[in-house]
Amino acid sequence: MLSATEKSAYFAGIRDGWPFVFVAGPFAMLFGVVAIEAGLSLAQAMGFSVVVIAGASQFAAVQLMVDNAGIALVLLAALAVNLRMAMYSAALVPFLGSAPLWQRACVSYLNFDQSYMASVARYETVPMTVPERFWFFIGVATPIAPTWVAFTAVGGLVGTSIPPEYALDFALPITFLAMIGPMLRTLAHVAAAFVSMCVGLVLVGLPSGSGLLIAAACAMITGVIVESWTEKRT
Amino acid sequence: MTFSNAEIWLTILLVGVGTYVIRFSFLGLIGDRPMPAIVLRLLRYTPVAVLPAMVAPLALWPDATGGDVDPVRVTAALATLAMGVWKKHVLWAIGAGAVTLYAGLYLTGQL
Repeated sequence: MLSATEKSAYFAGIRDGWPFVFVAGPFAMLFGVVAIEAGLSLAQAMGFSVVVIAGASQFAAVQLMVDNAGIALVLLAALAVNLRMAMYSAALVPFLGSAPLWQRACVSYLNFDQSYMASVARYETVPMTVPERFWFFIGVATPIAPTWVAFTAVGGLVGTSIPPEYALDFALPITFLAMIGPMLRTLAHVAAAFVSMCVGLVLVGLPSGSGLLIAAACAMITGVIVESWTEKRT
Repeated sequence: MTFSNAEIWLTILLVGVGTYVIRFSFLGLIGDRPMPAIVLRLLRYTPVAVLPAMVAPLALWPDATGGDVDPVRVTAALATLAMGVWKKHVLWAIGAGAVTLYAGLYLTGQL
Protein backbone atom coordinates (compact mmCIF):
# COMPACT_ATOMS: atom_id res chain seq x y z
CA MET A 1 0.00 0.00 0.00
CA LEU A 2 1.29 3.44 -0.88
CA SER A 3 1.48 6.15 1.76
CA ALA A 4 -0.30 9.44 1.06
CA THR A 5 2.96 11.22 0.18
CA GLU A 6 4.03 8.38 -2.15
CA LYS A 7 0.67 8.56 -3.88
CA SER A 8 0.91 12.31 -4.36
CA ALA A 9 4.49 11.90 -5.65
CA TYR A 10 3.15 9.37 -8.19
CA PHE A 11 0.43 11.75 -9.38
CA ALA A 12 2.90 14.64 -9.52
CA GLY A 13 5.00 12.40 -11.78
CA ILE A 14 2.05 11.77 -14.09
CA ARG A 15 1.43 15.53 -14.26
CA ASP A 16 5.06 16.16 -15.27
CA GLY A 17 5.11 13.23 -17.68
CA TRP A 18 1.95 13.59 -19.73
CA PRO A 19 3.07 16.50 -21.99
CA PHE A 20 5.78 14.17 -23.36
CA VAL A 21 2.98 12.05 -24.81
CA PHE A 22 2.86 14.57 -27.65
CA VAL A 23 6.52 13.82 -28.44
CA ALA A 24 6.45 10.07 -27.85
CA GLY A 25 3.20 9.48 -29.81
CA PRO A 26 4.23 10.81 -33.25
CA PHE A 27 7.78 9.50 -32.81
CA ALA A 28 6.53 6.00 -32.01
CA MET A 29 4.13 6.14 -34.93
CA LEU A 30 7.03 6.98 -37.22
CA PHE A 31 8.94 4.02 -35.84
CA GLY A 32 5.99 1.77 -36.59
CA VAL A 33 5.87 3.06 -40.17
CA VAL A 34 9.64 2.70 -40.68
CA ALA A 35 9.76 -0.79 -39.16
CA ILE A 36 6.95 -2.07 -41.38
CA GLU A 37 8.54 -0.42 -44.44
CA ALA A 38 11.78 -2.22 -43.56
CA GLY A 39 9.99 -5.58 -43.62
CA LEU A 40 9.35 -6.24 -39.93
CA SER A 41 6.00 -7.70 -38.84
CA LEU A 42 3.66 -5.69 -36.63
CA ALA A 43 4.52 -7.99 -33.71
CA GLN A 44 8.24 -7.40 -34.28
CA ALA A 45 7.78 -3.62 -34.47
CA MET A 46 5.88 -3.70 -31.18
CA GLY A 47 8.41 -6.15 -29.76
CA PHE A 48 11.11 -3.52 -30.36
CA SER A 49 9.09 -0.87 -28.55
CA VAL A 50 8.32 -3.11 -25.56
CA VAL A 51 11.69 -4.84 -25.17
CA VAL A 52 14.06 -2.01 -26.15
CA ILE A 53 11.88 1.05 -25.37
CA ALA A 54 14.53 3.53 -26.64
CA GLY A 55 13.59 5.46 -29.79
CA ALA A 56 16.87 6.42 -31.44
CA SER A 57 18.43 2.98 -31.04
CA GLN A 58 15.30 1.29 -32.44
CA PHE A 59 15.58 3.44 -35.59
CA ALA A 60 19.32 2.74 -35.78
CA ALA A 61 18.82 -1.02 -35.45
CA VAL A 62 16.14 -1.12 -38.15
CA GLN A 63 18.26 0.98 -40.53
CA LEU A 64 21.27 -1.32 -40.14
CA MET A 65 19.05 -4.38 -40.60
CA VAL A 66 17.86 -2.87 -43.88
CA ASP A 67 21.54 -2.35 -44.82
CA ASN A 68 22.07 -6.07 -44.11
CA ALA A 69 24.70 -5.47 -41.46
CA GLY A 70 25.43 -8.53 -39.33
CA ILE A 71 23.66 -8.99 -35.99
CA ALA A 72 26.85 -8.06 -34.12
CA LEU A 73 27.09 -4.69 -35.88
CA VAL A 74 23.37 -3.96 -35.46
CA LEU A 75 23.81 -4.66 -31.77
CA LEU A 76 26.97 -2.54 -31.43
CA ALA A 77 25.48 0.47 -33.23
CA ALA A 78 22.15 0.33 -31.39
CA LEU A 79 23.90 0.02 -28.03
CA ALA A 80 26.33 2.83 -28.93
CA VAL A 81 23.31 5.09 -29.47
CA ASN A 82 22.07 4.06 -26.00
CA LEU A 83 25.36 4.56 -24.17
CA ARG A 84 24.12 7.96 -22.99
CA MET A 85 21.75 6.01 -20.75
CA ALA A 86 24.77 4.82 -18.77
CA MET A 87 25.17 8.50 -17.89
CA TYR A 88 21.50 8.72 -16.90
CA SER A 89 21.94 5.60 -14.81
CA ALA A 90 24.99 7.12 -13.11
CA ALA A 91 23.23 10.44 -12.56
CA LEU A 92 20.31 8.73 -10.77
CA VAL A 93 22.59 7.04 -8.21
CA PRO A 94 22.70 10.00 -5.78
CA PHE A 95 18.87 10.15 -5.80
CA LEU A 96 17.81 6.49 -6.00
CA GLY A 97 20.98 4.52 -5.18
CA SER A 98 19.65 3.41 -1.76
CA ALA A 99 16.24 2.22 -3.09
CA PRO A 100 15.50 -1.56 -2.98
CA LEU A 101 16.87 -3.59 -5.88
CA TRP A 102 13.43 -4.25 -7.44
CA GLN A 103 12.75 -0.51 -7.55
CA ARG A 104 16.12 0.21 -9.16
CA ALA A 105 15.38 -2.59 -11.65
CA CYS A 106 12.02 -0.97 -12.57
CA VAL A 107 13.55 2.49 -12.90
CA SER A 108 16.27 1.02 -15.14
CA TYR A 109 13.68 -0.42 -17.54
CA LEU A 110 11.84 2.92 -17.74
CA ASN A 111 14.96 5.12 -17.85
CA PHE A 112 14.61 6.93 -21.19
CA ASP A 113 15.34 10.55 -22.12
CA GLN A 114 12.05 12.10 -20.98
CA SER A 115 11.59 10.15 -17.74
CA TYR A 116 15.20 10.81 -16.76
CA MET A 117 15.10 14.54 -17.53
CA ALA A 118 11.73 15.22 -15.91
CA SER A 119 12.67 13.27 -12.78
CA VAL A 120 16.11 14.77 -12.23
CA ALA A 121 14.66 18.26 -12.77
CA ARG A 122 12.20 17.50 -9.94
CA TYR A 123 14.74 15.82 -7.63
CA GLU A 124 17.07 18.78 -7.89
CA THR A 125 14.41 21.35 -6.94
CA VAL A 126 12.05 19.54 -4.51
CA PRO A 127 13.17 17.72 -1.34
CA MET A 128 11.77 14.15 -1.48
CA THR A 129 12.33 10.84 0.31
CA VAL A 130 13.76 7.96 -1.71
CA PRO A 131 10.38 6.10 -1.95
CA GLU A 132 8.70 9.34 -3.10
CA ARG A 133 11.40 9.78 -5.75
CA PHE A 134 10.78 6.22 -6.95
CA TRP A 135 7.01 6.74 -7.29
CA PHE A 136 7.54 10.10 -8.97
CA PHE A 137 9.75 8.41 -11.59
CA ILE A 138 7.15 5.68 -12.19
CA GLY A 139 4.50 8.42 -12.47
CA VAL A 140 6.44 10.23 -15.20
CA ALA A 141 6.77 7.00 -17.19
CA THR A 142 3.13 5.95 -16.69
CA PRO A 143 1.63 8.00 -19.55
CA ILE A 144 4.71 7.83 -21.82
CA ALA A 145 5.60 4.12 -22.00
CA PRO A 146 2.11 2.83 -23.02
CA THR A 147 1.84 5.67 -25.58
CA TRP A 148 5.16 4.57 -27.06
CA VAL A 149 3.96 0.99 -27.56
CA ALA A 150 0.41 1.83 -28.67
CA PHE A 151 1.50 4.36 -31.29
CA THR A 152 4.11 1.97 -32.64
CA ALA A 153 1.15 -0.28 -33.44
CA VAL A 154 -0.81 2.63 -34.98
CA GLY A 155 2.17 3.50 -37.19
CA GLY A 156 2.61 -0.12 -38.16
CA LEU A 157 -1.06 -0.43 -39.16
CA VAL A 158 -1.15 2.88 -41.06
CA GLY A 159 2.31 2.49 -42.62
CA THR A 160 1.47 -0.30 -45.05
CA SER A 161 -1.23 1.83 -46.69
CA ILE A 162 1.14 4.71 -47.56
CA PRO A 163 2.36 4.68 -51.22
CA PRO A 164 6.10 5.14 -52.09
CA GLU A 165 5.62 8.63 -53.64
CA TYR A 166 5.26 9.95 -50.10
CA ALA A 167 9.00 9.38 -49.62
CA LEU A 168 8.67 7.63 -46.27
CA ASP A 169 12.19 6.35 -46.92
CA PHE A 170 13.26 9.79 -45.77
CA ALA A 171 11.28 9.73 -42.52
CA LEU A 172 14.18 8.03 -40.77
CA PRO A 173 16.98 10.40 -41.87
CA ILE A 174 14.74 13.35 -40.97
CA THR A 175 14.08 11.92 -37.51
CA PHE A 176 17.80 11.42 -36.86
CA LEU A 177 18.65 14.89 -38.15
CA ALA A 178 15.91 16.34 -35.96
CA MET A 179 17.51 14.73 -32.91
CA ILE A 180 20.96 16.12 -33.74
CA GLY A 181 20.00 19.82 -33.71
CA PRO A 182 18.86 20.00 -30.07
CA MET A 183 21.99 18.07 -28.99
CA LEU A 184 24.36 20.77 -30.27
CA ARG A 185 24.50 22.59 -26.94
CA THR A 186 28.21 23.44 -26.78
CA LEU A 187 31.14 23.95 -29.13
CA ALA A 188 32.39 20.49 -28.12
CA HIS A 189 29.07 18.90 -29.20
CA VAL A 190 29.21 20.76 -32.54
CA ALA A 191 32.82 19.64 -33.11
CA ALA A 192 31.96 16.03 -32.24
CA ALA A 193 28.97 16.06 -34.61
CA PHE A 194 31.08 17.56 -37.40
CA VAL A 195 33.85 14.99 -37.03
CA SER A 196 31.26 12.21 -36.86
CA MET A 197 29.65 13.41 -40.11
CA CYS A 198 32.96 13.82 -41.99
CA VAL A 199 34.49 10.50 -40.91
CA GLY A 200 31.16 8.76 -41.49
CA LEU A 201 31.00 10.07 -45.06
CA VAL A 202 34.66 9.21 -45.82
CA LEU A 203 34.37 5.68 -44.43
CA VAL A 204 30.95 4.90 -45.92
CA GLY A 205 32.53 2.27 -48.20
CA LEU A 206 33.73 0.12 -45.29
CA PRO A 207 31.76 -3.06 -44.47
CA SER A 208 28.36 -2.10 -43.07
CA GLY A 209 28.49 -0.46 -39.70
CA SER A 210 32.24 -0.50 -39.06
CA GLY A 211 32.80 2.99 -40.51
CA LEU A 212 30.11 4.20 -38.14
CA LEU A 213 31.93 2.86 -35.09
CA ILE A 214 35.26 4.44 -36.13
CA ALA A 215 33.48 7.74 -36.79
CA ALA A 216 31.75 7.61 -33.39
CA ALA A 217 35.03 6.89 -31.57
CA CYS A 218 36.79 9.80 -33.36
CA ALA A 219 33.86 12.11 -32.57
CA MET A 220 33.73 11.21 -28.86
CA ILE A 221 37.46 11.84 -28.48
CA THR A 222 37.03 15.14 -30.36
CA GLY A 223 34.23 16.15 -27.98
CA VAL A 224 36.38 15.51 -24.92
CA ILE A 225 39.41 17.32 -26.42
CA VAL A 226 37.38 20.39 -27.39
CA GLU A 227 35.68 20.38 -24.00
CA SER A 228 38.97 20.46 -22.09
CA TRP A 229 40.29 23.08 -24.51
CA THR A 230 37.29 25.40 -23.97
CA GLU A 231 37.53 24.85 -20.19
CA LYS A 232 41.15 25.97 -20.19
CA ARG A 233 40.30 29.15 -22.10
CA THR A 234 37.55 30.28 -19.71
CA MET B 1 16.52 -7.14 -45.78
CA THR B 2 18.03 -10.62 -45.57
CA PHE B 3 17.28 -11.12 -41.87
CA SER B 4 15.09 -14.17 -41.21
CA ASN B 5 12.17 -13.96 -38.81
CA ALA B 6 14.16 -15.70 -36.10
CA GLU B 7 17.15 -13.39 -36.64
CA ILE B 8 14.92 -10.33 -36.29
CA TRP B 9 13.54 -11.60 -32.97
CA LEU B 10 17.07 -12.48 -31.81
CA THR B 11 18.22 -8.94 -32.69
CA ILE B 12 15.28 -7.40 -30.80
CA LEU B 13 16.05 -9.53 -27.77
CA LEU B 14 19.80 -8.78 -27.80
CA VAL B 15 19.33 -5.02 -28.29
CA GLY B 16 16.75 -5.09 -25.49
CA VAL B 17 18.97 -6.99 -23.07
CA GLY B 18 22.00 -4.84 -23.94
CA THR B 19 20.03 -1.64 -23.48
CA TYR B 20 18.73 -2.86 -20.14
CA VAL B 21 22.25 -3.70 -18.97
CA ILE B 22 23.34 -0.14 -19.89
CA ARG B 23 20.40 1.36 -17.99
CA PHE B 24 20.93 -0.91 -14.99
CA SER B 25 24.72 -0.48 -15.00
CA PHE B 26 25.46 2.28 -12.52
CA LEU B 27 22.16 2.43 -10.66
CA GLY B 28 21.90 -1.32 -10.24
CA LEU B 29 25.42 -2.67 -10.00
CA ILE B 30 28.00 0.01 -9.39
CA GLY B 31 25.98 1.88 -6.77
CA ASP B 32 27.66 4.76 -5.02
CA ARG B 33 31.25 3.99 -6.02
CA PRO B 34 32.81 6.90 -8.01
CA MET B 35 33.58 6.59 -11.74
CA PRO B 36 36.62 7.84 -13.67
CA ALA B 37 35.87 11.36 -14.91
CA ILE B 38 37.16 10.55 -18.40
CA VAL B 39 34.50 7.83 -18.82
CA LEU B 40 31.71 10.28 -17.95
CA ARG B 41 33.14 12.80 -20.38
CA LEU B 42 33.30 10.33 -23.26
CA LEU B 43 29.75 9.10 -22.51
CA ARG B 44 28.44 12.65 -22.77
CA TYR B 45 29.25 12.70 -26.51
CA THR B 46 27.87 9.30 -27.51
CA PRO B 47 24.57 10.38 -29.11
CA VAL B 48 26.09 13.30 -30.98
CA ALA B 49 28.99 11.08 -32.11
CA VAL B 50 26.84 8.26 -33.50
CA LEU B 51 23.90 9.94 -35.18
CA PRO B 52 25.66 12.29 -37.69
CA ALA B 53 27.87 9.48 -39.03
CA MET B 54 24.79 7.36 -39.50
CA VAL B 55 22.57 9.97 -41.09
CA ALA B 56 25.00 11.86 -43.35
CA PRO B 57 25.30 9.10 -46.01
CA LEU B 58 21.52 8.50 -45.87
CA ALA B 59 20.82 12.18 -46.53
CA LEU B 60 23.44 12.61 -49.23
CA TRP B 61 23.10 9.31 -51.12
CA PRO B 62 19.54 8.08 -50.46
CA ASP B 63 18.47 4.57 -51.50
CA ALA B 64 15.24 5.94 -53.00
CA THR B 65 17.19 7.68 -55.81
CA GLY B 66 19.56 4.76 -56.30
CA GLY B 67 22.27 6.54 -54.31
CA ASP B 68 22.30 9.77 -56.37
CA VAL B 69 22.34 13.15 -54.62
CA ASP B 70 18.78 14.50 -54.56
CA PRO B 71 18.53 18.31 -54.15
CA VAL B 72 15.06 17.98 -52.57
CA ARG B 73 16.23 15.52 -49.91
CA VAL B 74 19.42 17.48 -49.17
CA THR B 75 17.37 20.68 -48.74
CA ALA B 76 14.94 18.89 -46.45
CA ALA B 77 17.86 17.50 -44.44
CA LEU B 78 19.36 20.98 -44.00
CA ALA B 79 15.97 22.46 -43.05
CA THR B 80 15.51 19.74 -40.40
CA LEU B 81 18.94 20.36 -38.93
CA ALA B 82 18.51 24.16 -38.96
CA MET B 83 15.11 24.03 -37.27
CA GLY B 84 16.47 21.62 -34.66
CA VAL B 85 19.34 23.98 -33.87
CA TRP B 86 16.99 26.97 -33.76
CA LYS B 87 14.00 25.59 -31.81
CA LYS B 88 15.94 22.94 -29.85
CA HIS B 89 12.99 20.62 -30.25
CA VAL B 90 12.72 17.33 -32.15
CA LEU B 91 9.10 17.78 -33.26
CA TRP B 92 9.66 21.25 -34.72
CA ALA B 93 12.63 19.91 -36.67
CA ILE B 94 10.70 16.89 -38.00
CA GLY B 95 7.89 19.25 -39.06
CA ALA B 96 10.30 21.55 -40.91
CA GLY B 97 11.92 18.59 -42.66
CA ALA B 98 8.60 17.05 -43.69
CA VAL B 99 7.18 20.34 -45.00
CA THR B 100 10.39 21.06 -46.96
CA LEU B 101 10.50 17.53 -48.36
CA TYR B 102 6.89 17.51 -49.56
CA ALA B 103 7.06 21.07 -50.89
CA GLY B 104 10.21 20.12 -52.81
CA LEU B 105 8.76 16.88 -54.16
CA TYR B 106 5.60 18.74 -55.22
CA LEU B 107 7.51 21.59 -56.92
CA THR B 108 9.75 19.17 -58.82
CA GLY B 109 6.73 17.15 -59.95
CA GLN B 110 7.62 14.01 -57.99
CA LEU B 111 4.44 14.05 -55.89
